[in-house]
Amino acid sequence: MATDISDLKRTPLFELHQELGGRMVPFAGYAMPVQYDGIIGEHHWTRDRAGLFDVSHMGQRILSAPDHETVAKALERLAPGDFQGLKPGRQRYTFLLLDNGGIVDDLMVARLAGEADEGRLFMVFNASRKEIDDDYVREHLPDGVTLEAVEDRALLALQGPAAAEVLSGLCPEVADLTFMQAARAEILLGDGRSAKVHLSRSGYTGEDGFEISVAADEAEALARALLAHEAVKPIGLGARDSLRLEAGLPLYGHDIDETTSPVEAGLRFAIAKARRERGDFPGAGRILAELSDGPQRRLVGLKPSGRAPVREGAQILGASDSVVGEVTSGGFGPTVGGPVAMGYVDRAYADPGTELHLAGRRGAEPATVLPLPFVPHCYHRPKSGAKQ
Amino acid sequence: MTTRYSKEHEWVRLDGDTATIGITPFAAEQLGDVVFVELPEKGKVIAKGDEVAVVESVKAASEVYAPVSGEVTDSNAALEDAPQTVNEAPEGDGWFFRVKLSDKSELDGLMDEAAYKAFCEEL
Repeated sequence: MATDISDLKRTPLFELHQELGGRMVPFAGYAMPVQYDGIIGEHHWTRDRAGLFDVSHMGQRILSAPDHETVAKALERLAPGDFQGLKPGRQRYTFLLLDNGGIVDDLMVARLAGEADEGRLFMVFNASRKEIDDDYVREHLPDGVTLEAVEDRALLALQGPAAAEVLSGLCPEVADLTFMQAARAEILLGDGRSAKVHLSRSGYTGEDGFEISVAADEAEALARALLAHEAVKPIGLGARDSLRLEAGLPLYGHDIDETTSPVEAGLRFAIAKARRERGDFPGAGRILAELSDGPQRRLVGLKPSGRAPVREGAQILGASDSVVGEVTSGGFGPTVGGPVAMGYVDRAYADPGTELHLAGRRGAEPATVLPLPFVPHCYHRPKSGAKQ
Repeated sequence: MTTRYSKEHEWVRLDGDTATIGITPFAAEQLGDVVFVELPEKGKVIAKGDEVAVVESVKAASEVYAPVSGEVTDSNAALEDAPQTVNEAPEGDGWFFRVKLSDKSELDGLMDEAAYKAFCEEL
């Protein structure tokens, strides 16, 4: 596959990826490392220790207004989370919605604590959607609220069971953060300098970990400081995909898009109770109806019985080989030790244990509907009873 | 035993009138981690250029085309349980299948090691 990567955009870590032997491929207009040593090894390394991912291609944005209430209300016009109730130092997963209930993008939204961050929401868009999101959000912003693209920062994700120990060695305060908390912090870089970052305890691998936003000109030094730890290796987008697939996390453009609703995609947790009661978000008609009656189709986990991966686009067949859905993500799950897939099926076929067939290149292969995730999440949640 | 190479990155090792066929280290490296290999069954008659096998890596599925014509005399069943052997020893235990050649002259159209090496460097 000969692709000229010189036409592609580069992240601040491009040269480091090359130095580390990353195989660079085009992804959403960027040259990104798909793998270093090998996807399966990198996948296991992340589940067992800590993987460092460059996610600088994603869109970092700041939505700002004079005060939190104004900025939160502006976002609530487009997204179904309770942002007015979002406390300082907290992050939420949400999505931008169309009036038909389809998803424009899924994103993370953080409210950083401190006076300097009052009235500001820090957001991360998918790389493939950031320009579309910008237009969509700006079109719907009231006067006094602005959306600013943050172009001079990189974004690193450190993921895996050793992530907290590694990062707290360079930045002790992160040890106190729990899943979906966000903060400003200073990280030691090893050469006596330190980098001012903002970070959250989150990620998209199903593992405990952090996403760290750092100035572009300090990104490489930060990456090197993290990679200096024996538990950390650089991980490419290939393993990021197999990790998120096993964790049952939808990927925009594959498992969710402008035709899929959050309820169909199994994301009802992100539609806040207060918002359901008010019904004041785009697509509320469809989404509230799906919440009460159940959607016509649902995103489910699929476990092919054979050893061959079943890929995106494969038809899902029910009784008498009728088409009841389509695979939206499929591949090999290294932790599962075999093929795994996700896809939408008609509600009559969505219960765990349902036997279906997947029409792949080798004809129809049996597959079983499984609950998602395939691999349990290992997020660092607060102890039960603690108020979030 | 001579080994020849195709532009599609298969190697063909001749022993008498039987050829053992697999994919080259270059191909294995490009594919990444192999997780499944579908091989032709014993007795199948294949023609040069036929799609005879499929290699699935973590990333994608790739077809393998017959570099020579003949009858399949054996296929490497060990790959069923250990597909990663294709990455570990592509020109050894990671072989795919064996063919009794129907036209030995087809080998003339394949590259020798030096020519293949030069071919890969051009890619």
